[in-house]
Amino acid sequence: MELIEVEYEPLPPVVDADGALGDGAALLHEDVGSNVVHHRTFRYGDPESAFANAHKVVRLDWRYPRYGSTPMETYGVVANFERAPDRYTIWSNFQGPFILHALMTGALGVPGNRLRLITSPHSGGSFGIKQAMYPYMVLLAACSKLMGCPLKWIEDRLEHLTGASTAADRKDWVEAAFAEDGELLGLKFDNIVNVGAFVRAPEPASVYRMHSASNGCYRVKNIFVENRLVVTNTTPIGLNRGYGGPQFYYALERAMDAGAKELGIDPAEIRRRNFIRPEEFPYSAPAGATYDSGDYEAGLDQALELAAYDALKADREKARAEGRLFGIGFAAGIEPSGSNMAYVTLAQTPEERAKAGGRSGGLGTATVSVDPSGSVTVKTVSTPAGQGHQTVAAQVVADALGLRPEDIDVVTEMDTLTSAWSLASGNYANRFSSVVIGTIAETAEKVAKKIKLIAAENLEVAPEDVELVGGEARVVGVPDKAVPLRRVAAQTHWHPAGLPGEMEPGLFETTIMNPPMLGAPDEQDRVGSAVTFGYVCDIAAVEIDKATGKVEVKKYVSVHDVGNVLNEIVVEGQIYGGFAHGLAGALLEEFVYDAGGNPQAGTFADYLCITAPEIPQVTVGHLNTPSPHNSLGAKGMGDGSSMLAPTAIANAAADALGTYDIELPLTLNKTWALANGLPYERAGAARPKVGDGPQEGGVEGGLTGEGSVELNAAPDAVWRLLLDPDTLAAVVPGCEELEQTGPDSFRAEVMIGVAGIKGLYSAEIELRDKVENESVRLVGKASGALGFGQGEGRVRLEAIADGRTKLSYSYRANVGGKVAAVGQRMLGTVTKILIGQFFRGFDRRLRGDGGGSSGGGGFFRRLFGGGRS
Amino acid sequence: MKPVAFEYCRPDTLEEAMELLAEFGSDASIVSGGLSLGAMLNMRLVRPRALIDVNRIDALGDIKVAASGTSTGAMVRQAVALKSPEIAEAVPLLARALPNVGHYQTRSRGTLGGSVAHADPSAEIPLSLVTLGGAVRLRSPKGAREVAAREFFHGVLTTDRRADEMVTGLVWPARALRTGYAFEEIAQRHGDFAIVAAAAAVTVGDDGNITALSFGLGGVEDRPFVVDNPDFIGRPAITATAQEIADAAAEIVEPMVDIQASADYRRQLVRVIGAKALMAAIADAEAQREAA
Amino acid sequence: MLRIKPDQKQRVTLTVNGRTVSGYAEPRMLLADFLRHELRLYGTHVGCEHGVCGACTAIIDGAATRTCLRYAVQCDGSEIETVEGLADADGTLNALQKAFNENGALQCGFCTAGVLMSATKFLEENPTPTREEVVDMLSGHICRCTGYEQIVRAILQASRQ
Repeated sequence: MELIEVEYEPLPPVVDADGALGDGAALLHEDVGSNVVHHRTFRYGDPESAFANAHKVVRLDWRYPRYGSTPMETYGVVANFERAPDRYTIWSNFQGPFILHALMTGALGVPGNRLRLITSPHSGGSFGIKQAMYPYMVLLAACSKLMGCPLKWIEDRLEHLTGASTAADRKDWVEAAFAEDGELLGLKFDNIVNVGAFVRAPEPASVYRMHSASNGCYRVKNIFVENRLVVTNTTPIGLNRGYGGPQFYYALERAMDAGAKELGIDPAEIRRRNFIRPEEFPYSAPAGATYDSGDYEAGLDQALELAAYDALKADREKARAEGRLFGIGFAAGIEPSGSNMAYVTLAQTPEERAKAGGRSGGLGTATVSVDPSGSVTVKTVSTPAGQGHQTVAAQVVADALGLRPEDIDVVTEMDTLTSAWSLASGNYANRFSSVVIGTIAETAEKVAKKIKLIAAENLEVAPEDVELVGGEARVVGVPDKAVPLRRVAAQTHWHPAGLPGEMEPGLFETTIMNPPMLGAPDEQDRVGSAVTFGYVCDIAAVEIDKATGKVEVKKYVSVHDVGNVLNEIVVEGQIYGGFAHGLAGALLEEFVYDAGGNPQAGTFADYLCITAPEIPQVTVGHLNTPSPHNSLGAKGMGDGSSMLAPTAIANAAADALGTYDIELPLTLNKTWALANGLPYERAGAARPKVGDGPQEGGVEGGLTGEGSVELNAAPDAVWRLLLDPDTLAAVVPGCEELEQTGPDSFRAEVMIGVAGIKGLYSAEIELRDKVENESVRLVGKASGALGFGQGEGRVRLEAIADGRTKLSYSYRANVGGKVAAVGQRMLGTVTKILIGQFFRGFDRRLRGDGGGSSGGGGFFRRLFGGGRS
Repeated sequence: MKPVAFEYCRPDTLEEAMELLAEFGSDASIVSGGLSLGAMLNMRLVRPRALIDVNRIDALGDIKVAASGTSTGAMVRQAVALKSPEIAEAVPLLARALPNVGHYQTRSRGTLGGSVAHADPSAEIPLSLVTLGGAVRLRSPKGAREVAAREFFHGVLTTDRRADEMVTGLVWPARALRTGYAFEEIAQRHGDFAIVAAAAAVTVGDDGNITALSFGLGGVEDRPFVVDNPDFIGRPAITATAQEIADAAAEIVEPMVDIQASADYRRQLVRVIGAKALMAAIADAEAQREAA
Repeated sequence: MLRIKPDQKQRVTLTVNGRTVSGYAEPRMLLADFLRHELRLYGTHVGCEHGVCGACTAIIDGAATRTCLRYAVQCDGSEIETVEGLADADGTLNALQKAFNENGALQCGFCTAGVLMSATKFLEENPTPTREEVVDMLSGHICRCTGYEQIVRAILQASRQ
């Protein structure tokens, strides 16, 4: 990589929704003509009347930060191109969905059967992020063809944190219309999604995943949704745990707490009044989802009991009486699982959809086979990344066949050449327990049925009198009348002629199953987007230290309805893990970009993954309303509290602070500012105007500063020296070579470094807006191995007493590349040091004692000497 | 992320280390624990021609306690110092600072001297050394010298160490009588670089007044430093005074700015964390007075 | 004094999990990469290469430390314990591993080897830790799957045995 020299021509950056939509915003893709690359509105019921008749309308304008689940194992790709016939084989830890296989074959220009994707049987975490690696897979494949050899690429952490994928940041508002008694009459969502530099498939899905369940767990019928996607100079977004859910609930559930507060109703009570009732299931949601089962009120009651809500409220009263900031927040929601591959087509109008042809479904596939020795193998294409698919699949198949889980071999390697797969295959949308495990169970049942038929003939009983227990097929109630499973299996292979009736030989069953509720979107933009609908109800209590801004989670209760629990430890692990991701988004983690569009979080010391000490003990409760949409009664789960915790914490913090106007993550500095009514602006995000001159061609910079020095010479002497190339060469820190390229322009080779972190930069500097003896603007850019930068500064001279000059300066710099991504903590200080050097050298020069890096004495040598450990 | 190719040099003695420093000077990086340098090497922020590994110079690993003070060799591991009863007794401030240094898995390898040579503005060990008025021992092929800690740190990752010198040890002044020591810091996560760290050594006289005071701050400016505040000598060693000292410091500091914290927030933390450290130091001194 | 030229491959001999093993490394080869690619001990995982995530933690000469911040040539002659050494030769898990298994203390397993090695050394030094001490030790590891709760439980369970 270091052998590649890149010359950048910086264009004006757009880094967030405000920037993308602003007047005169730079266009990211000029041929698109707008930074808004998708715009649709939806209307269900009669939202206008609902709002007109409301007793109270609450509106919240909110922003949601960009964060991601950063799996511990990064992307890894091995690609090989072979000739005759031309075929690409790619081994990777790609998680699917394999709908992207078609995209990759298109990019490589080969038919589907000439692109073989193999996903490793294990993956070191995924959380959606390993969906976004497909561009790299294509790149490696193409390079393998060019190079004529297999290629391997393991993404490093800096690449991952700056170039993989994240959840979307959003800038939205929500309005909720309430009746006086707290009934939720209508909802309006205005969603603006920052998708990054390109709309990468399956975007714009993140804003549609929750769409058909826009009513959350409430009976509200009247809903208006407006969705816009904007592009910015940031990393393209993609799947991330809860995909679109955290943002959706941040609107809905914060509006519910705000509505409760405005109406003087308890936040638990306002939810209770609006919950869909147990007898209403299956429930047809206004935007098309069919909720399978639930008892939301029972879940709330359990949560209230576990939280000891009355005692918690008393704690809050006591704390407030003592002047402490204590708050309680709620968040409740459904957890849609097992996606309809067609929900993304809501991005199209009904007319466009009709023209494009029908889309629906989300196929589950599984294979269960028994070899001649009686060994059982399950093949699943669920590409697990630690969610325990092997454990649960073995358990379910063992139950069906009367074996022990350790007898079952579960193959999770996915191979598009040899596996039974489809578009929906992969690991996302809580697919496993909502769709995949049901398909596996169904397949195992087919095998069990066949075994029973054969055994029944051997044992001379009716098939329904045969049970599979302890590795045998035996007659119910007559334990010693049995035939070993392995003998039945052997017979299907060794003696097919002896099989009953028309039975096919072998024990090898593959099921391709489509959940029937996953139909096509209708003309009213209603779609059954998911198979099962779990439920989560969280209660958070926080205390905020007004002096430091520290948010302490005093209590967290999370009640889950995942239907029948297939494996308790796996379920609990998903709940704790999901909660950790949600809490991390609420308190710590954010992919920060500066105003110049430079990623600032390129290391795990800058992207603050949540660690053990930051996590409070969570009280988990379970509720079970078995799902009729799944043969095992299970519901998808795993996203869970990753979707609700950010909102529960935000609601608690808003309650503690007495304001709706908060923004995640609630980091120390930001929360302290909120708690004390102070303005907050993150360093680098601000865009202060530099100087008072014209700003054309100006720099959007993260680093700003200003200062002044008093110099022992009159302004005209200072002016002459300031514009003298020899002086510049002497005082520009680390200047090794300076060449005048025009009347007011220079090219320089500059060695910039602190503590051995040094590099040679090529710089171009221009003097603009010269007002003789008064002011000048310096504009420049530089690039080198460690990064690149642009900067501008304004220098003003002012005569002061004794023939001296006060030189004031302000600067704005924009530093990008590796040095910004991994060293933002030090950048501001280092910039200040360098500027200080410049003026100190200048002053020395002015006093005629040399100055600058060439003769500046020990300080310069110390600063740029390097070699420190 | 893999480092650039470098020559690996492992001296067994200080004299051999000096030969290497004479040969490579600023083209070499000296590695002790390598917790910070290793990361910078892997990211290729640092691209030395040679790596001088001083881990096997046995003479650098000693802790020596004397009436005049304690000296710690540059290679004393942070975990060793943390577990050392001698350090707990002779340099209580360091003992209280060390649990805040990184994590269990980094203290096991990180060294006292390495942290000082690296000079991260937020680092706990440099702050402790500066607060106690200790010194840094350096050696070059030309000879040895000792630099007062308060002169040693020049700025971000920048010190008084010359290219041909290495840090060989740290000098910690003897524990003062009737003096309480405390260390406090606040970071976004446990074990992170402190946004603000405060160290305090407060001596309380028989009359309950402050007779000597050293109040150090880290993470605030580009280097650890001691706030000069003679005005508070002779004032009662009580909570209100502690708060006043911290408030006065907050007025004069010129804080760094990064994405985690603004200058105003750092100032606020100087008030809060500073007062907390000072109060804890006063309480420590009072406890000693009561015990005596 | 030992000096190895930048492109010189040096023979490095270690005692890993009680066995003496050797391989070749250039000065810049990370110990983590040496363990994985020279010694083919793939149990040690590399998650960040800047010493923060903890996935590569192993016990080197009696100290649980990062193997991504060490170069193989630095460790010539060292005794190293890695996750491969925890179970018996027949694959029987040790008490800590069993506790991890029973408590669901791992999901994707990527961070697990490092956590196990830290916990092994930690429990040796502090056989009866409090929950707070376990959490403090764990702060040197990033786990994205479990939310840490089940890891804490597993280590506490192992400490009681």
